[in-house]
Amino acid sequence: MSGAGVTRSAGFQPALSSAFGRTGQRRQRAGSPRSGVIAALALLVLAGPARAVLPGEQLADPKLEARARHIGAQLRCLVCQNQSIDDSDATLASDLRIILRERLMAGDSDRQAIDFVVRRYGHYVLLNPPFEPETLLLWLGPGLVLAAGGVWVALMARGRSGAVDAASPLTAEEREQLARRLDVESAS
Amino acid sequence: MTAEIGQFALILALILSAVQALAPLAGAWRTDPMLMAVGRAAALLQLLFVGVAFVSLAACYLLNDFSVALVAQHSNLSQPLIYRIGATWGSHEGSMLLWVLILAIYGAAVAIFGGTLRDTLQARVLAVQGMVGAAFLGFLLFTSNPFTRLFPAPPDGAELNPVLQDPGLVFHPPVLYMGYVGLSMAFSFGVAALLEGRVDVGWARWVRPWVLTAWIFLTVGIAMGSLWAYYTLGWGGWWFWDPVENASLMPWLLATALLHSSLVLERRGALVSWTILLAILAFSLSLVGTFLVRSGVLTSVHAFALDARRGVYILGIIAVMTGTALALFAWRAPSLKTGSLFAPLSREYAITVNNLFLLAAAATVFLGTFYPVFMDVLHGDKISVGPPYYRATFVPIFLLLFVLVSFGPMLNWKRDELSRLLARVRWPAALAGGVLIASAIVFGVGHIVSVLALALGVWLITGAALVLARRWRVGELPFAHSLELARATPLAVIGLVIAHAGLGITTIGVASVSAWQTNKVLSMSPGQSARIGGNLITMEAVRPIMGPNYEANQARFDVAGPFGTRTLISERRLYPASQTTTTDAGISWGFFGNIYISVADQNPDGGLTVRMWNHPFVDWIWAGGLLMAFGGAVSLADRGLRVAKVERRVAQPRGAGQGAAGPPIPEPGVAAEAAS
Amino acid sequence: MKRLIFLAPIAFFGLVIAAFALGLGRDPTILPSTLIDKPLPVFDLPAVRSGDAGLKSSDGAGQPHLLNVFASWCVACRVEHPELLQLKAQGVPIDGLDWKDEPAAGAQYLVDQGDPYRLAGNDKTGRAGIDLGVAGVPETFLVDGHGRVRYKVIGPISPEVWAGTIKPLMDKLRVQG
Repeated sequence: MSGAGVTRSAGFQPALSSAFGRTGQRRQRAGSPRSGVIAALALLVLAGPARAVLPGEQLADPKLEARARHIGAQLRCLVCQNQSIDDSDATLASDLRIILRERLMAGDSDRQAIDFVVRRYGHYVLLNPPFEPETLLLWLGPGLVLAAGGVWVALMARGRSGAVDAASPLTAEEREQLARRLDVESAS
Repeated sequence: MTAEIGQFALILALILSAVQALAPLAGAWRTDPMLMAVGRAAALLQLLFVGVAFVSLAACYLLNDFSVALVAQHSNLSQPLIYRIGATWGSHEGSMLLWVLILAIYGAAVAIFGGTLRDTLQARVLAVQGMVGAAFLGFLLFTSNPFTRLFPAPPDGAELNPVLQDPGLVFHPPVLYMGYVGLSMAFSFGVAALLEGRVDVGWARWVRPWVLTAWIFLTVGIAMGSLWAYYTLGWGGWWFWDPVENASLMPWLLATALLHSSLVLERRGALVSWTILLAILAFSLSLVGTFLVRSGVLTSVHAFALDARRGVYILGIIAVMTGTALALFAWRAPSLKTGSLFAPLSREYAITVNNLFLLAAAATVFLGTFYPVFMDVLHGDKISVGPPYYRATFVPIFLLLFVLVSFGPMLNWKRDELSRLLARVRWPAALAGGVLIASAIVFGVGHIVSVLALALGVWLITGAALVLARRWRVGELPFAHSLELARATPLAVIGLVIAHAGLGITTIGVASVSAWQTNKVLSMSPGQSARIGGNLITMEAVRPIMGPNYEANQARFDVAGPFGTRTLISERRLYPASQTTTTDAGISWGFFGNIYISVADQNPDGGLTVRMWNHPFVDWIWAGGLLMAFGGAVSLADRGLRVAKVERRVAQPRGAGQGAAGPPIPEPGVAAEAAS
Repeated sequence: MKRLIFLAPIAFFGLVIAAFALGLGRDPTILPSTLIDKPLPVFDLPAVRSGDAGLKSSDGAGQPHLLNVFASWCVACRVEHPELLQLKAQGVPIDGLDWKDEPAAGAQYLVDQGDPYRLAGNDKTGRAGIDLGVAGVPETFLVDGHGRVRYKVIGPISPEVWAGTIKPLMDKLRVQG
């Protein structure tokens, strides 16, 4: 099967649910021991929701680190399922975390740092889908449903409340049926 | 031999389901009691044969018959017994067989317990069930045969995915399927009503218990799935907005809406077409979920083998089933008698608005789940929709909905006044408002969403309590009188109270754990300690161990907290048969929160990488879910909700001139008319 | 008017089914490369094989060639390797990028498995890989004579993929110049 300009070879079976995040078997991720980073681990204690961000990766400047965390939570770990790079153990996620921090230290704004990653991996890497003409329906859809439904319900309310008190008169046929039924019931 | 029995049973079941699909339909159309009886018999026999097939497959697993391909792929000699049984539905084919079995069970239930239904309605319901059954039995036999043999038979099989080797596996799919497939009852009833051309009180009374049953199972199934993910995956997540999770959430949302709208239908005869549409859509979303998992159109950790051919078949089933139902709806629904009217401030209206929000929520999940497919098809661009999207769209909708929930039961039917309504809810409003202000001060405006959710959780719980307080006239009457009233409370009301309170508890759990969980990552050696969430965690020992089908590096931790000390064990496991590694986390379950520890690999410096979390009030999420289900069960037990009183009208065979519908209920004059 | 409202569900449903039907023909796991038709990102990598020159992004300009991302620890790369050796025998120019690997391990791998590469560079930190949008190994890029990426294969190159897609594309590029 291929997409535009890309083929994924069919010779490899996609792994059945084995990739609960970590090493998939479709291709090899870089699973070699992260010796460099882990060796640097001391009994450093992290403050705040740290997820999988290792102590050795964190920046000294707390404001920059906070920005990095904020951005990292929006970037998808490409070799996992629905995890951000901040949450994932995978090496690729770790690499991206480090690069992200380098970009921030080099002075990139949040937008620029995100674009850096998107330019290399595409929109798919964003957990938050972009707000573009193509995704307008995605972002506005829920609101539209609510609004449209709200209008419908409001109109229905107005129509109905008016009619609650006024009942339509019986037609001649209905009057006859009613009379006959009353007769039948009184007779039985 | 066993497999062949199963295979043959499936073929018979397919034939029977075709009979069940056609005979009662003809019987209802021509008002022929014989044909309609054939439908009932076919439903029972179908259950028998599908049951035989299912038991055969289970037997193959139990007996380790590796000449059956499925068994060789998902079970092996060293697999514990319970997982051999669970493997029966751990594969695509096996789970499909389970699906069809549950469908047959529900169909048989209509045949057995549907005596109080108008016989043409019962016949049509059975017919629709039969059609769905036939479609999926065909799918099984032609594309996903569970009984395919493997020659030569291997001496030993492969391993069931280690992540799935958990007691949760044995129960999660059957429970979930009882929910998914239970919604087929709503679908069958909805289509049958459209075929009949009428919807009456008897219909609504009959549908509600079935929808409630399905809803209860779905609720438990979803809660179980979330809990299972929490303790299995090793990093404490409990909801990932994964496509297959969403596939269970969407039917649940519509089933909840259906529960409430059928209430209006039953009490006031209103929202007729809307309820039927919901019934059709809820099951259709179940089918779409089935499509999702088995077609490869989206990737997910839950997905079975990705096979486009099966996807085409299921898509075809959905197109025909739902398409026909919706076409029937477009044709017949406009002529259904609409019910009584209600004013803008009334319980019916509140339920209508509730339905609107639930629909919007379901639409949100639908958009988020399938937009990547739409984008790919329309623009060739691959995007992904992750948790941030749902936090921005789904959460606000639900928070708004929660505001309404406690108002609903406080409103009168047909007509009410705003000032009186506001006066009724003053205590819950005050309490919730107080919690809102207090939390905002304590936690700051940065966590505004969680603070709001906390307050709404309190609003839900106190609102539920208010229902009882009002009913029992607490404060107005002497205690003894209130007690009398309490004893006479209908179970349905108690069910409502428990369910809404459960919702509040879940909300508090979600808010707490989302905003205020903490975690640490560090390298530990035996003897070292760390603090988290008011607990002191000390690593005691690390040693290698052997499990039944795995080897592991096991770490023991001493957790000393304000309520005492306990030991937690976390393992990093290797399953040699499939060469998979998993993490088994150590969890300390507590009312106020959990301590969650998971170990990773050994470091070169000798220490073990340890991750520890504090999850405040996380257990409230599942406790609330189970409470909701329990509330539903209590409601179900209310005999007043179930049909007993509607007399069965036996149809007399008539000439063609009399028309298709059976005798309506109750119009004594018309029968006399016709006779004279 | 009322009738139209009742038609809305099935109309909407028709659209959704159409979208799903079309979606079945797509593979959701293929991520499009952002580099297609763009110049290869700049990199300058040290050698894998001792005494070698290493790999620069500007190498190989002038003729279409393959850039194969591999690693010594990668099992799937071993599956692909015989095919690469075959291609080398046919004269296809292939450069290698040793991703997140020690140069010594990469060199040993080539000694053990055979060496299909003209030039080979070692990307120990994985930075060049990230610039290329690599998420795993093996991946192979088809680069034209002007240094632009024209195609990407995710996973091992099978004989079918070579014969069916890459070879025709390479031939076309060679003709175009």
